[in-house]
Amino acid sequence: MNNVFVYCELEGNKVAEVSQELLTKGRKLANTLGVQLEAVCVGAGLEGVEKQIIPYGVDKVHVFDAPGLFPYTSLPHTSAVVNLFKEELPQICLMGATVIGRDLGPRVSSALHSGLTADCTQLEIGEFDMNVKNEAGEMVKKHYENQLYQIRPAFGGSIIATIVNPEHRPQMATVREGVMKMEILDENYKGEVIRHDVDKYVPVTDYVVKVLDRHVEAAKNNLKGANIIVAGGYGVGSAEGFNLLFEFAKEIHAEVGASRAAVDAGWIDHDRQIGQTGVTVRPKVYIACGISGAIQHIAGMKEAGIIISINSDPNAPINQIADYIITGTIEEVLPKFIKYYKKNSK
Amino acid sequence: MGLKIIVLAKQVPDTRNVGPDAMTPEGTVNRAALPAVFNPEDLNALEQALRLKDANPGSTITMLTMGLPKATEVLREGLFRGADKGVLLTDRALGGADTLATSYSLAQAIKKIGDFDIIIGGRQAIDGDTAQVGPQVAEKLGLTQITYTEEILECTKEKIVARRHIDGGVETVEGPMPIVITVNGSAAPCRSRNIKLVMKYKNAKTQQEIDALEEEQKAFYAERPYLTITQWGAADIDADPNQIGKAGSPTNVKAVKSIVFKAKENKTLTASDADIEGLIVELIENNTIG
Repeated sequence: MNNVFVYCELEGNKVAEVSQELLTKGRKLANTLGVQLEAVCVGAGLEGVEKQIIPYGVDKVHVFDAPGLFPYTSLPHTSAVVNLFKEELPQICLMGATVIGRDLGPRVSSALHSGLTADCTQLEIGEFDMNVKNEAGEMVKKHYENQLYQIRPAFGGSIIATIVNPEHRPQMATVREGVMKMEILDENYKGEVIRHDVDKYVPVTDYVVKVLDRHVEAAKNNLKGANIIVAGGYGVGSAEGFNLLFEFAKEIHAEVGASRAAVDAGWIDHDRQIGQTGVTVRPKVYIACGISGAIQHIAGMKEAGIIISINSDPNAPINQIADYIITGTIEEVLPKFIKYYKKNSK
Repeated sequence: MGLKIIVLAKQVPDTRNVGPDAMTPEGTVNRAALPAVFNPEDLNALEQALRLKDANPGSTITMLTMGLPKATEVLREGLFRGADKGVLLTDRALGGADTLATSYSLAQAIKKIGDFDIIIGGRQAIDGDTAQVGPQVAEKLGLTQITYTEEILECTKEKIVARRHIDGGVETVEGPMPIVITVNGSAAPCRSRNIKLVMKYKNAKTQQEIDALEEEQKAFYAERPYLTITQWGAADIDADPNQIGKAGSPTNVKAVKSIVFKAKENKTLTASDADIEGLIVELIENNTIG
């Protein structure tokens, strides 16, 4: 009862990295609260899946294993999670802010009438005071301990909001892949595996959506694991402008990323977006080309080792966190980068 | 056999261009400083609806929006592009709602609209980026959903086949009707306004707007019922006061702050050849790049 739960996303019987990142975070939250960490796996062919889960410090793994549960469809997964939660009454539930998590999370929160915050960048435990009506109908201050602070940039990244759900459980949050760090706690951690009778939780009438055809490919880029990233923003000016970034990136063995503004402008693929609603990266070097630095972008790259900002505006917000600031246009600076890299590298 | 289609649309502040005056000194959003636009993915949703209407003669599209009275603008915009009818859900009591209270309100309005085969909305709105309202509306109505839809491939009164985006790929799914569909930004863009429809609907107004007119103008609207946009408040949709607005919202904003990044010690360089070569040499020498 009242434990921390993580919904583990599965591709076949492989647990998604984002889920393992959330298990790591969930373990820390459970420690702060003095409760257990539990995981939920819904899929097919899940024999031994706990080996990818328990080492993160998971006390209990709930397994729902039936042929109709993979690939993911909305209703069966919702029923498994909702009906389990009605028995277990978790205080916190975390899910990946993936296509699956963002399909499932809202349905679960609606069915349980609990609050859900999307795309959190930090999760903490703290207290909260709120004015509530007492029995006599007067407004009085009520104090809440051990609340989950769901922290996320909001409103196009111009602000950071801390959200709490004091009166409703579970407190639900989704988090993007790469935002939290993944860390095995103990290879020999002792956890319990509970195999549930799927038919008791999922009515047969739930299997109404059929997946006719499915193609999943490995990511086309390796932004998450890249040592060097050359990222372009609105200041790049055009899709052609990005060619210069690709040319430079090829030269120095870097990956190309982008800000939301450049993606929205249609200059570059969505899967290269860095930031709160894109990928979170931790490269050794981050070269920001014409990126102004909205909070939502900075949330996804601030942990880079060295940040180099190339911007024609000397007051661009990103310069605040940069180690090197070059004031100039992309067309002017990048060709010189390429020229002098070629000249000086062996 | 025509389909009865409901399109969910939202008027949003254009957060793609947030300036320094977007926040009030108290830290709340200064909506007045931002232009209000038709939420981009709701336009992708409208296009999927219009294609269904084109393919199934006799279909009707009802646009539903919840917001300030000004949100009538997105309903008119929908009429200009081929929607048949608009419903504005507006009431102070509905304000301050999080996604759950919003979904409840929209679901109540959909129940009042009554007969429908399919509900189509954008995947998410750019002011919150949550993607929660579509699935929550579906749950409240007891329907299944197809989220992240890129194209509706087939749709009859009984079943729908759609291609949707998933992480790292695409899948094609078949679902039962009625259903809730949310449409991804990678779907086809919305067609532009139809000049004949603009002429027909440019004077479309909500009942409240019509009531404020002179008698003579009221007569004009009485003769042209298609120009009246339906307007409902909380009482019209039989809303439970505990499930709407702030009271119906489990989430509370504890704090909002503008983040000030602690300035690092940094080197400022010019775009001169000497400065850039110096930097490159430094980065190569300390094995940062190369």
